[in-house]
Amino acid sequence: MVPISYYLVLSAILFACGVLGFLIKRNVITIFMSIELMLNAVNLSFVAFASYWQALSGQVFVFFVMVVAAAEAAVGLAIIIAVFRTRQTLNPDRVNLLKL
Amino acid sequence: MTPIAPTFFFYFLSAVALISAILVITRKNPVHSALALIVTLLSLAGLYLMLYAPFVTGVQVIVYAGGIMVLFLFVIMLVNIERAMKEEEFNKQWIAGLIASLLLGGLFLAVYFKGRAIFPSEFTKIPEQMNTQQVGMLIFQNYLLPFEIASLLLLVAIVGAVVMAKKKLS
Amino acid sequence: MIPSTDYIRLLPELILIVFGLLVMLIEPLLGEHNNRKGLGAIALMGAVLSILASFYQTGYEGAAFFDMIHVDTFSIFFHVLIGLIAAVVILASFEYLNLQQIRYGEYYGLILLSSVGMMLMSSAVELVLIFIALEISSIGTYILAGFRRNAPISIESSMKYFLLGSFATAFFLYGVALMFGATGSTSVYTIATTLAQGATPLAYVGIALMFVGLGFKVASAPFHIWTPDVYEGAPAPVVAFMSTGPKAAAFAVLLRVLFATEAPGWFWLIWASAVLSMTLGNIGALVQNNVKRLLAYSSIAQAGYILVAFAAAKDIGISAVIFYAAAYAAMNVGAFAVASHLANVGEKYVTLDDYAGLGRRAPGLAAVLTIFMLSLIGIPVTGGFLAKFYVFQAAMQSHLTGLVIIGVINSAVAAYYYLRVIVYMYMREPQRDVPVLKMPFALGVSLAACLAATIYLGVLPGRILDYAMASARVLVR
Repeated sequence: MVPISYYLVLSAILFACGVLGFLIKRNVITIFMSIELMLNAVNLSFVAFASYWQALSGQVFVFFVMVVAAAEAAVGLAIIIAVFRTRQTLNPDRVNLLKL
Repeated sequence: MTPIAPTFFFYFLSAVALISAILVITRKNPVHSALALIVTLLSLAGLYLMLYAPFVTGVQVIVYAGGIMVLFLFVIMLVNIERAMKEEEFNKQWIAGLIASLLLGGLFLAVYFKGRAIFPSEFTKIPEQMNTQQVGMLIFQNYLLPFEIASLLLLVAIVGAVVMAKKKLS
Repeated sequence: MIPSTDYIRLLPELILIVFGLLVMLIEPLLGEHNNRKGLGAIALMGAVLSILASFYQTGYEGAAFFDMIHVDTFSIFFHVLIGLIAAVVILASFEYLNLQQIRYGEYYGLILLSSVGMMLMSSAVELVLIFIALEISSIGTYILAGFRRNAPISIESSMKYFLLGSFATAFFLYGVALMFGATGSTSVYTIATTLAQGATPLAYVGIALMFVGLGFKVASAPFHIWTPDVYEGAPAPVVAFMSTGPKAAAFAVLLRVLFATEAPGWFWLIWASAVLSMTLGNIGALVQNNVKRLLAYSSIAQAGYILVAFAAAKDIGISAVIFYAAAYAAMNVGAFAVASHLANVGEKYVTLDDYAGLGRRAPGLAAVLTIFMLSLIGIPVTGGFLAKFYVFQAAMQSHLTGLVIIGVINSAVAAYYYLRVIVYMYMREPQRDVPVLKMPFALGVSLAACLAATIYLGVLPGRILDYAMASARVLVR
């Protein structure tokens, strides 16, 4: 069997990958994808802990995270389209009225 | 005798997840990033299956990889990526970002290795054939209120998305 | 079967949801060029009814929906506070929306629905529900920040708020996951009993990560970078809303998570964040010329003062936090409401130079803004004074002398930029012709309400303070 901590280590690395992507990418859509990556890393932690504690509430939490991810995706992509319409760019540096 | 297959599948799926996650944040073309992200999501679905969460696996494939990622691809098609392709891929603070996330990852790993003693290497499995049923019971009993409130969250998101994507009134 | 008292424990939220849906249903029936005042009136009615419903809950304290929410004096206080904020902001938006030609009724719907999220945050005792409620309030405010559709700066502030907000949410969520890993539960009370038997490193990191997420929502340093830009771009009444409502709710969650679970190892985290918020906020505000940015930095500093009370001993600290949240809401909503009126069409007049000579051009408005500024400084007879007084008193009683000294020095520095606004209004000649519109009735009412609350808290704090003390006792038990 694979120990639970292996799953947690994988989740931590994926989360750090997401953080890295958020911090260094210049394309708004990829930045947003990095956030999805972070959420998925969290989900992996939840499922791993759920099987460690044998508590299904951890798995239930994952569904709620997915609902939130879907809601965020809908809103975020709409905002990205609205920004693109006014600025014609996806680079947050170019969207320079407010610095990101 | 310990079965060898779970170990193999764990390393295989984690390797796929990690490589595709790195592809997500290093590809210049957002379409490639999105496709790599789908691969990450699918390999995570495989890992959920190994952790005795078949229902989560199903939802991950159908909703996440199937639904949310299609939304991403749609939006990438709607906006002009030609111009994004010509621009620099990483911003100027990429070194600071790299150091910050390495530190963060290091912190987590330190915690896990320090706290590993609390996690036994073996874990008893949750009976798989009952999983969906039990999850359903939980959602519609103990988690009834969050479940209903989640519909409110989706309503807010729909209203928000429609308002933001609406063209300006002339 | 769910007993009917459970629904009473959810009544304020249910009322807001019904009225929010009503607004959304009537909206498409209105013509494109009609104004949306009628919808505003409906929304206002919903907010007022939900405040009444919160008062009605006093006789129905207890847990509901399988221990998902817990109605107690603490939750009722925050329900009323959030309801009042929503009502006042709706009143202040009536003319503003007309002026800026924002003809979306969804505006009012989103204010009501995100208030539902904030209210639930204050009564939820399960991290699942706290998380979903937090997301409802956040997504609502992301959208509201982008409502000035004619101004690119508004949509960009919405995007920036959204990206950084989701980033912070992911951290909060990771914290919840680690907390679940450390205790095997997501219910605040179960976590408390498990942590009482000894905390693992996982729990420490979990608390720290949850603090990152919530620190973003309350705009405390070092998670404050978004604040000035977002406040500058967002519509002024929305800033009044999101600088007070989500903050109060996030402080409520922080109180519950930190004190009800008796979580370990957060003292220095809060200490450092309090010092950083006060210092960075006040230094940032010194050099601002844009009034909205100035108030944004000021709100970072105010969050720092509230965190000082967190670091203090349990019950007096908690009651100081609660009192400060109320006083801060009154004065900050008032200040932004004045700014929204002066900003005029397209929010053109938002710099300090535009406020020059206001004492002569609009004496009433200038006087009201002066009182809010004095309250933000912490001058006696205003709510801001007593709020600061209680915070520092609580810190002194817990022997946090260092923190109190830093706080008092910061308050003195802060006086400079608040007084600068007053000096501009009364002692500078206007550089250019800045028109001041006639005061609309609804905005007048909302300003009067903020003013009354600020003075009331400063002169007769007794009842609110008693109530805050009672709430604190419920929390620590």
